[in-house]
Amino acid sequence: MKITFDWLKDHLNTNLKEEKLLEQLTNIGLEVESVENLSEGLDLFKVAKIIKTEKHPNADRLKVCDVDVGEKELKKVVCGASNAREGLITIYAPPGAIVPKSKIKLVVAKIRDVISYGMLCSESELNLSDKSEGITELSSAKYKKSIGNSYFSKLNSNLIDLSITPNRPDCLGFRGIARDLAASGFGKLKDFKEKKIKSSFKQTLKVKINREKGQACIAFGSCLITNVKNTESPQWLKDKLVSIGQKPISAIVDITNYVMLDINRPLHAYDADKIDKSIIVRNSKSGEEFTALDNKNYKLENGMCVISDNKGVLGLGGIIGGTRSGTEFDTKNVLLESAYFETRSIRRSAKKLNLDTDAKFRFERGIDPLSIESGLNKAASLIKEICGGEISKIDIQKIETFKNKIIKFDPNLFEKISGFKISIKKMIIILDDLGFKCKKEKKYLKLTIPSWRPDILQEIDIVEELVRISGYEKIKTINPIKERTKSTLTQTQKLFHFLQRSVASKGYLEAITWSFADSNYNDPFKGANKEIKIVNPISSELGVLRNSIFSNLIMYISKNLDRGFKDLSIFEIGPIFTGSNPGEQATVVCGLSAGKKSRLSWIDKERNVDVFDVKRDVVQTLVDAGYNSDKFFIDNVTPNYYHPGKSGTLFLNRGKDQVAAYFGEIHPNIIKKLDIKSESLVGFEIFLDNLKFPNKTLNDLKPKFTVSDFQKSERDFAFVVNKDVKAQDLINAISSVDKNLISNVKVFDVYEGENIPENKKSIAISVTIQSSEKTLNVNDLENINNSIIKTVENKTGAKIRS
Amino acid sequence: MSDLKNIKEQFILKLKNDLSIDEINNVKTELFGKNGLISLKFKTIGLIAETDRKKFATDLNQIKDELQNLISTKINDIDSKKINEKLEKEKVDVTLPERPFVRGKIHPVSQTIDEISSIFSEIGFSVEEGPDVENEYNNFTALNTPDNHPARDMHDTFYLDESKELLLRTHTSPVQIRTMLKNKPPFKIIAPGRTYRSDSDQTHAPMFHQVEGLHIDKDINMGHLKGCLNYFIKEFFEVDKIKMRFRPSHFPFTEPSAEVDIGYEIKDGKIVIGEGDQWLEILGCGMVHPNVLNNVKVDPSKYQGYAFGIGIDRLAMLKYGINDLRAFFECDYRWLNHFGFDPIDVPTNYRGLSR
Repeated sequence: MKITFDWLKDHLNTNLKEEKLLEQLTNIGLEVESVENLSEGLDLFKVAKIIKTEKHPNADRLKVCDVDVGEKELKKVVCGASNAREGLITIYAPPGAIVPKSKIKLVVAKIRDVISYGMLCSESELNLSDKSEGITELSSAKYKKSIGNSYFSKLNSNLIDLSITPNRPDCLGFRGIARDLAASGFGKLKDFKEKKIKSSFKQTLKVKINREKGQACIAFGSCLITNVKNTESPQWLKDKLVSIGQKPISAIVDITNYVMLDINRPLHAYDADKIDKSIIVRNSKSGEEFTALDNKNYKLENGMCVISDNKGVLGLGGIIGGTRSGTEFDTKNVLLESAYFETRSIRRSAKKLNLDTDAKFRFERGIDPLSIESGLNKAASLIKEICGGEISKIDIQKIETFKNKIIKFDPNLFEKISGFKISIKKMIIILDDLGFKCKKEKKYLKLTIPSWRPDILQEIDIVEELVRISGYEKIKTINPIKERTKSTLTQTQKLFHFLQRSVASKGYLEAITWSFADSNYNDPFKGANKEIKIVNPISSELGVLRNSIFSNLIMYISKNLDRGFKDLSIFEIGPIFTGSNPGEQATVVCGLSAGKKSRLSWIDKERNVDVFDVKRDVVQTLVDAGYNSDKFFIDNVTPNYYHPGKSGTLFLNRGKDQVAAYFGEIHPNIIKKLDIKSESLVGFEIFLDNLKFPNKTLNDLKPKFTVSDFQKSERDFAFVVNKDVKAQDLINAISSVDKNLISNVKVFDVYEGENIPENKKSIAISVTIQSSEKTLNVNDLENINNSIIKTVENKTGAKIRS
Repeated sequence: MSDLKNIKEQFILKLKNDLSIDEINNVKTELFGKNGLISLKFKTIGLIAETDRKKFATDLNQIKDELQNLISTKINDIDSKKINEKLEKEKVDVTLPERPFVRGKIHPVSQTIDEISSIFSEIGFSVEEGPDVENEYNNFTALNTPDNHPARDMHDTFYLDESKELLLRTHTSPVQIRTMLKNKPPFKIIAPGRTYRSDSDQTHAPMFHQVEGLHIDKDINMGHLKGCLNYFIKEFFEVDKIKMRFRPSHFPFTEPSAEVDIGYEIKDGKIVIGEGDQWLEILGCGMVHPNVLNNVKVDPSKYQGYAFGIGIDRLAMLKYGINDLRAFFECDYRWLNHFGFDPIDVPTNYRGLSR
């Protein structure tokens, strides 16, 4: 809502300054969004007279004009308008002026070799009208003595833009804003002067509101003004509208706009002669069409509230009028409409038709149902004053009678909610100023709610009014008590935190990417999940909910590779989506690593990042989070976006209950399809929701601290096994031989090739043997050695290498 | 006697020469070997006359010590000379680069969430979560925002089905609903998380982060709300004084509602929080609307309290001088490195939130 202090003063007696006004508006909840000086620089635009025109020497369509701008010398201005002619009085803008419409600053310009000092302006360039053909033509009679004067009258009020919350339709009019200000102590609300229409003749156009299901028009008031002469608005009215950035059109339209802005009462003016016999307010039928005042054709659905005549739809009630019955300069007889429409119906229809108008904005928030008559009185009187004619009696048709709401308010609730106290007397004063009628009844206040306040529905709303007008600065600050009775994070939240920081400590930069993804990137990674489409995405690149975090990370890795980075590690912890219902999502830690280790190193040999890099990151991250790596079990069945031979699945234990993580190389086909330019690309996913919590704390899980001081011995074994035998099986077999004596098992070499049969490989393992009870003698060691060899050979088909 | 003296002088003279380690060892054998000169002398102690024996033994021991010291010094000298020669050869250019160490970074939004959680933890809030996909009821209707109400225009919503029943939550407020439906009052929670609005320009991203706060008990009033937020803002920006302004606003799910501005000024092109006379809007809050409490079966005549919603990304931008909201989610390696936090910087109360 755009306002000026000057206009507010039509309703408010005050000596206070604008600075104070701005502060007070914000203090009472009418937030000031911006303050703008509209007239700044406009004084540069001068009334000017063309003295002479010549054809431009180098351009057929241009003219060179000598212009009298009230200075000693004439200005030479190049102009392309066909109506530029000798003797024309028009508007001149000098170099340095900023054209209101385009916001372009004028300079001295050479146009086809002729220097032009400034510009002659069209009405459209000055935002005076939509007329862009030719330059402005000012009436000679009126302006011949003003050559050299500023064209725009000086505005001394700034344009203030308020952000009015949707619960306050009454503040979409100057009167409502003034009332709030006055209640808060900023000035005094002026009495509302209402000129009642005194008429001797009836409104002769019959109006009927159809009583049908879903009828959104509750009341329809109207009056006729006959024999008018529509004209340009008088200067005071034009100035008012221009002061808040509106364009004057014609007196009748300007008056309806003025009344709407002034007292928030939308009106509509019809050319009565274009209405066929009578007005019928009814529900539309599917397929009905009409051309609205925005010059667009609208096709209606069933059940939209329309104002119609015998021929068909005239307009959409409370939203927009139609061109067929619009007023024009030659309109003789005007039918003025002032109606009340149900808020939701307005909103529903406007949304369906994608229409937004000032009237709709107001009606969907709720117009004062008791303002029908005052709106007609005010507008009709102004029309008569400006355009002449005769006003008929007011006709009001309605299907329901409005009754003011009554609320029983317990004054104690105020302090209970706000935490501070004001007297009942003060409450009554505030409410009275806001238009409430208050009656004390025992412990309660019986309040009659003003008809313009549809937002006041229950006691708490009264509290809000009282706190708001008293001032939020009165609310005390009660410092919080530093006390905790419940742990801040749940186990899952703690785990989230550990995993996040643990992965970051391994060289990955944390990224946060959209929960949406490009389906082209999501598709390869969606696995068994179905695609979840967003019905109204911002763009097709953000068209689906991500089924995997890889979808986004791989795209961003690619973008960073394009920036010239080669060795990149990024991760994200966040949701992936498995379905479109609430809760069908899982928290995943996903990391992606590209490029090489030790690239261009003077000291270490460079190599591609590989599956064992990410395996380390996954295993170590889970260890950091408190899981025991001795129990981890690795499987080689992974989703199809991983390299089938170079990827693994990690389970927290051999039971293989739920997948804790996947890790491995990204499938080469995907890298090729998405055109990822990197030597290697490896990634992992840890599924937070699949990680089971131990019943005990990490501290309780730790075994008792014992160390053995007896001598330990290390034995090396080399086993020849089939290629498909897994190292994990060998290690497990060895460990199982004697858990008390075997304290460590380590693979130190894997070899295929010469001296080893084809389809076989040699795995060399170092085993640490130590007893906590004694020093093992040669015999003991020999026994264990033999057991190890026997067990491994039995369980895995290995042969000890001799 | 003179025999001993002779030996001593002879060998001191010998050891003054520049000897190799082998030569020194030979000297050592000559003196202290099985048949070494000194060793033999020790064997003669018994033969010496009793009157002279004591002196002889003393002298002999003295000469032995002297010569032994001399020899070990000589050996040490040669050893250290050797080491020095070796060191001379082993010198590396330590100005060559070290082996690379790559530490990752924590995203500023994650860091900010941890900071926020840490602050609210101190005054007894615990952390709740809710799903990103919500139903229309939890996101709007239960929060006193009925269908076809203009307040819904404030939220441009992403939908997952044509009937507009399933959507991406437009705020973290549905977590209020879930929390209150699940448990019994009192409630004292914060709920940080992702939120979505179909809005995209320099200052809006289709996804952003909010933290919801909810405190419901028997006598929680607007004074508590003011106190809580005042504490939070001061702690978060790590300043002693904060200029804060509560002004009336409207949210369907709170009544009375307020927006909170903090004072700031621009110093050397940087925003300084807590000073100056410019105002910056940072959050919305209010007393939970009785309709909302009724919707979650909490009796508004017995329980009341406040709720607030804060834009996390905005806070991070202000605290850490980040200008462009969209950059948070664009994953530029340089940006992540520049604005990210070391993972060992876990925000804690006792060590301070930030370094």
